[in-house]
Amino acid sequence: MSDSLTIALSKGRILKETLPLLAQTGIEPLEDPGSSRKLVLPTNQPDVQLVIVRATDVPTYVEYGGADIGVSGKDVLMEYGGQDLYEPLDLNIARCRLMVAGRPGANLREGRLRIATKFVNIARRYYAERGRQVELIKLYGSMELAPLMGMADLIVDVVDTGNTLRANGLEPLEHIADISSRLIVNKASMKMKHRRIKRFITEMAQAVQR
Amino acid sequence: MKESAFSTDNRWLLPEGVDEVLPPRASALEDLRRQLLDRFSSWGYELIIPPFIEFLDSLLTGVGHDLDLQTFKVTDQMSGRMMGVRADMTPQAARIDAHQLKREGPVRLCYIGTVLRTRPYGLGRSRDPLQVGAELFGHAGVESDLEIISLMLETLAITGVTAPHLDIGHVGIFRGLAREANLSADVEAQLFDALQRKARVEIEDILAESNVAAPQRDMLSALQDLNGGVEILDHAQRALHSAGAEVQAALKTLWSAASALERRHPQVPLHFDLAELRAYQYQTGIVFAAFAPGLGQEIARGGRYDEIGKVFGRARPATGFSADLKTLLAIGDYQASPPPQGILVPWSDEPALLELVRDLRAQGERVVWALPGQQEGARAMGCDRVVKQGPSGWQVEAV
Repeated sequence: MSDSLTIALSKGRILKETLPLLAQTGIEPLEDPGSSRKLVLPTNQPDVQLVIVRATDVPTYVEYGGADIGVSGKDVLMEYGGQDLYEPLDLNIARCRLMVAGRPGANLREGRLRIATKFVNIARRYYAERGRQVELIKLYGSMELAPLMGMADLIVDVVDTGNTLRANGLEPLEHIADISSRLIVNKASMKMKHRRIKRFITEMAQAVQR
Repeated sequence: MKESAFSTDNRWLLPEGVDEVLPPRASALEDLRRQLLDRFSSWGYELIIPPFIEFLDSLLTGVGHDLDLQTFKVTDQMSGRMMGVRADMTPQAARIDAHQLKREGPVRLCYIGTVLRTRPYGLGRSRDPLQVGAELFGHAGVESDLEIISLMLETLAITGVTAPHLDIGHVGIFRGLAREANLSADVEAQLFDALQRKARVEIEDILAESNVAAPQRDMLSALQDLNGGVEILDHAQRALHSAGAEVQAALKTLWSAASALERRHPQVPLHFDLAELRAYQYQTGIVFAAFAPGLGQEIARGGRYDEIGKVFGRARPATGFSADLKTLLAIGDYQASPPPQGILVPWSDEPALLELVRDLRAQGERVVWALPGQQEGARAMGCDRVVKQGPSGWQVEAV
């Protein structure tokens, strides 16, 4: 069978920081993925194509086998959960931190805290680990607004510079995890195309080292 | 579509992950089921039909936490005890071998039946798969593993899965290394989880924090890279040369499996992965799975589990495989026999006609009564012939 590779990427920071690494392994898209409206992008290598999907969908595509390989933030992987993907390489890109944030001292309040987040699984595990019962409020964006509107005491979110937090009178309070992007691999692809994929992982690892 | 259309009129809806098989696929599935059971029988495997529901104690003893989560549970109103709907028939076969049959020597059992799972096993998978499998009890050598792997490959061939890939591992390697490194249960579980994801960063972090001595640490860390073609068994020999007897024995088993499989199934690509620990909680030796090109998940799996029989009073070496027949039917290009044609007969009490119908059916014809008042003709009833009154009595005519 052909050892073609399909690589799932998400637009934005991950795409911007992954393309230079791919270029070092000799893979370059034939069109600029930033401006192209195509979702499937051929590359200069006939057996490699890129697919552009939403960041939270990358693990789903790779687990189903819609893509052999993907690049996904550790935050997305932690939220996604499970053992059904390989994540053999830390690409050291799109670095940030997963934090609890809120008004100063909000995390010291007694009683049941209300947490607004899009990372409900991570937040549930984090607080369970610390023995705290919390109420989780699932939001899809602009988490910072929830404490301001009195809807939540705290938020769990990824923090890069912390500027958005500060601009809204919030500050990072607890550090949950350091986040960077991982190369993820479909389990069946890893077994059936192992030569091609191991070579790709090795080349990417070298690119990360440089 | 109005939002109200989403409301209550969905009494026909099946629960998520629960499916049914309709004509003509159902008859293809039945064809396949008969063929497989006949083939298993020709290999000396005896059919068992275990119950759909059992006491939880016997269903879950010795099989670990994963299967517990997968099992639907109800209270038995007659005994007050908890019962579980089987999520896997393997432990049932082990119970039957150890406690019911009590035979000495090799016992070969096969089964097919619906199992229920609280969660689908893998994305997009069914919660009520039709599990088909075979188990071989009473022999501890690699030869019985080979027989089971060969039978699994034959099963795939019958279902029309061409060009399967085989992935092979051995849980004794990780288990032996973990024991030599004196890992606490907690660290072992964390490391197991990270190894299943080949998550290099986490593996190194866990090992660094665990204070494991250098040679053991390096060997545990090496596992994540010991995957690939048969050549990785060479690499493993070098990387794990200072490991103890349990690990060396496991490697030796893999070597003999590799060379035997290359002789018996030269066309099947082999892949070895020493960090792949399917059903780690109850497997004890070789573990294997089959993959098909273009499919992101395994399609059949199995391995050795020598300990389960012990809880039923008799420890017996055991190895087996199973697969979901509905998945195999969906992905394989199994050519079912074409839908049978038949003969439409006008409804009547006349003895001559009744006898003709009996005779035709006895010859293997499909004969369908046209019921009084029925508008649909022969074609609509899947028939290519009709019975008509002719000059010399009832006779069969083409439509």
